[in-house]
Amino acid sequence: MAMLEIKNVSRFFGGLAALTDISFSVNKGEILGLIGPNGAGKTTLFNVVNGFYSPSQGEVLFNQQKISGLKPHKICIRGIARTFQVVKPLQRMSVLDNVIASAYLRTHSRAVAEAKAIETLKFTGLYDDRDIISKGLPLGKRKKLEIARALATGPEMILLDESFAGLNPTELNESIEIIRNIKEAGITIMIIEHHMKVIMSISDKIVVLNYGQKIAEGTPEEIRGNPLVVEAYLGEAQNA
Amino acid sequence: MKKTLPLFIAGILALLPLIGLSSYWMHILILVLMWSVIGMAWNLLGGYCGQVSFGHAAFFGVGAYTAGILYNKTGVSAWWGMPLSVIVVALFALLIGYICLRLKGPFFALGTLAMGVILRVTAENLTTITEGDLGIMIRERTWIDKTWYFYIILLIAIVSFFIVKKVIESKLGYYFVAIREDQDAAESLGINTTFYKTIALTLSAVLTGLAGVFYTNYMGYIDPKIVFALHDISIVTIMVVMVGGVATYWGPLVGAIIMVFLAEIIRSIPKLGAAHHTFFGVLLIVIIIYLPNGITGDLPKLKRLFGKGKAA
Ligand SMILES: Nc1ncnc2c1ncn2[C@@H]1O[C@H](COP(=O)(O)OP(=O)(O)O)[C@@H](O)[C@H]1O
Ligand SMILES: [Mg+2]
Repeated sequence: MAMLEIKNVSRFFGGLAALTDISFSVNKGEILGLIGPNGAGKTTLFNVVNGFYSPSQGEVLFNQQKISGLKPHKICIRGIARTFQVVKPLQRMSVLDNVIASAYLRTHSRAVAEAKAIETLKFTGLYDDRDIISKGLPLGKRKKLEIARALATGPEMILLDESFAGLNPTELNESIEIIRNIKEAGITIMIIEHHMKVIMSISDKIVVLNYGQKIAEGTPEEIRGNPLVVEAYLGEAQNA
Repeated sequence: MKKTLPLFIAGILALLPLIGLSSYWMHILILVLMWSVIGMAWNLLGGYCGQVSFGHAAFFGVGAYTAGILYNKTGVSAWWGMPLSVIVVALFALLIGYICLRLKGPFFALGTLAMGVILRVTAENLTTITEGDLGIMIRERTWIDKTWYFYIILLIAIVSFFIVKKVIESKLGYYFVAIREDQDAAESLGINTTFYKTIALTLSAVLTGLAGVFYTNYMGYIDPKIVFALHDISIVTIMVVMVGGVATYWGPLVGAIIMVFLAEIIRSIPKLGAAHHTFFGVLLIVIIIYLPNGITGDLPKLKRLFGKGKAA
């Protein structure tokens, strides 16, 4: 069943159409991969879903209810959490405090929030770094912290914006494992990723954007064989 | 030790009047405590929640005038301004929050700055209510002796200290700091940033307003140029916190001690005294450059400096 429905969404910035008439849906429990060249509108779509931008046209439904137009904190409370491509740690707070701050969403109790935070840190492999002030974390761990923070809000669905970019091979493997475990835990995932091998191997379904338009949608197999995608994206990646 | 330190310090302060201090020294102590209350209040909003206000004189003044007008119009004791100001200042803060909290960073600072000025001009011109430039005089002072004033402001300071501590160690505190560190991240983590900023502002305003009510009762006279002053109230408030240590529990007290003593020393120097604002300005620049976290926040750094000094 469709958990998230994006219906004819367009978003304009002045004269620029960052998104044009995008429609697709994400089913409960699946991993949807969102790919496309830089500037295709992927992050903008996340910003529309998460409430930072309202769509210029169209609407977004979550569990059959309209969420477009709501503020981001309301959408997070409904059950959609996100990470940022350009990481936004709460710099002068420790890793643990970062995650406690988001775990407080579903409780008023410090003990409950801390327990949830610790569980999440163990889940994401950050437990040993819990006392580090997050300003001093290397990039790979900051990306994990983004995921940990999003998970600690207790979401039904999580939006991951290039959580793998800039990771070394070891970190990459760890992160793939984390994504698989998130799915295992029953959380629906929409993920933006440039790493083709990774996205092909973990996604149940893939949506391809180019210049703000949806040019393809299908299983990894179908996307691999789609000439439009090869031209717009895979070709470019292979040349690079 | 850490847990009992606040009680220990409160105890020492409470014993101070018993050693027979002169009226002048009691006055200095009272000013220190009053400024630390205002500093703690500002710290809640500016230090922890990251919303830097240049207009705290507005809340101080509204508190002071709530007490003054109440006394002037109804004849009841200006001390009744304490409970009344909580309501008046809170409502006023909600209004200000509605207008200013949609502004971010420097724009919020400018918004609050404007608010302070607007209130001063309003109080100067609304003569039927505020008596304008004439100001309001409390004709019957409650006590001639300063001891009871000291204990009242000490009580307000202790209560403020524990309110701030309680708030900062709770969910609210986490949310305030999250908002300070990154408003977009906070919002996307489910934090209603507008709502929590409004709470920080209202709490901060109410505590500042109580200091204002105390001021009216203690000084026995208020006028718009004094209680709504940009440099003598709003800027000094920021300096108290910056000098003492932003977002630290003890910073406001340390800053208040230093600022009150500095002001007394500089004012007593002939000729130079008139230029104390200039001196404060220079001091602020030095602090920002060398002790960006204030004396409390940069304590390790200071210790190192002095340690080295001894070794050399
Ligand atoms: N706030 C904004 N104002 C103006 N243009 C924007 C804004 N956000 C995104 N854009 C533009 O929208 C297009 C899509 O950007 P983005 O969604 O970040 O792409 P992607 O994440 O796919 O690389 C880009 O041309 C970008 O410059
Ligand atoms: Mg992007």
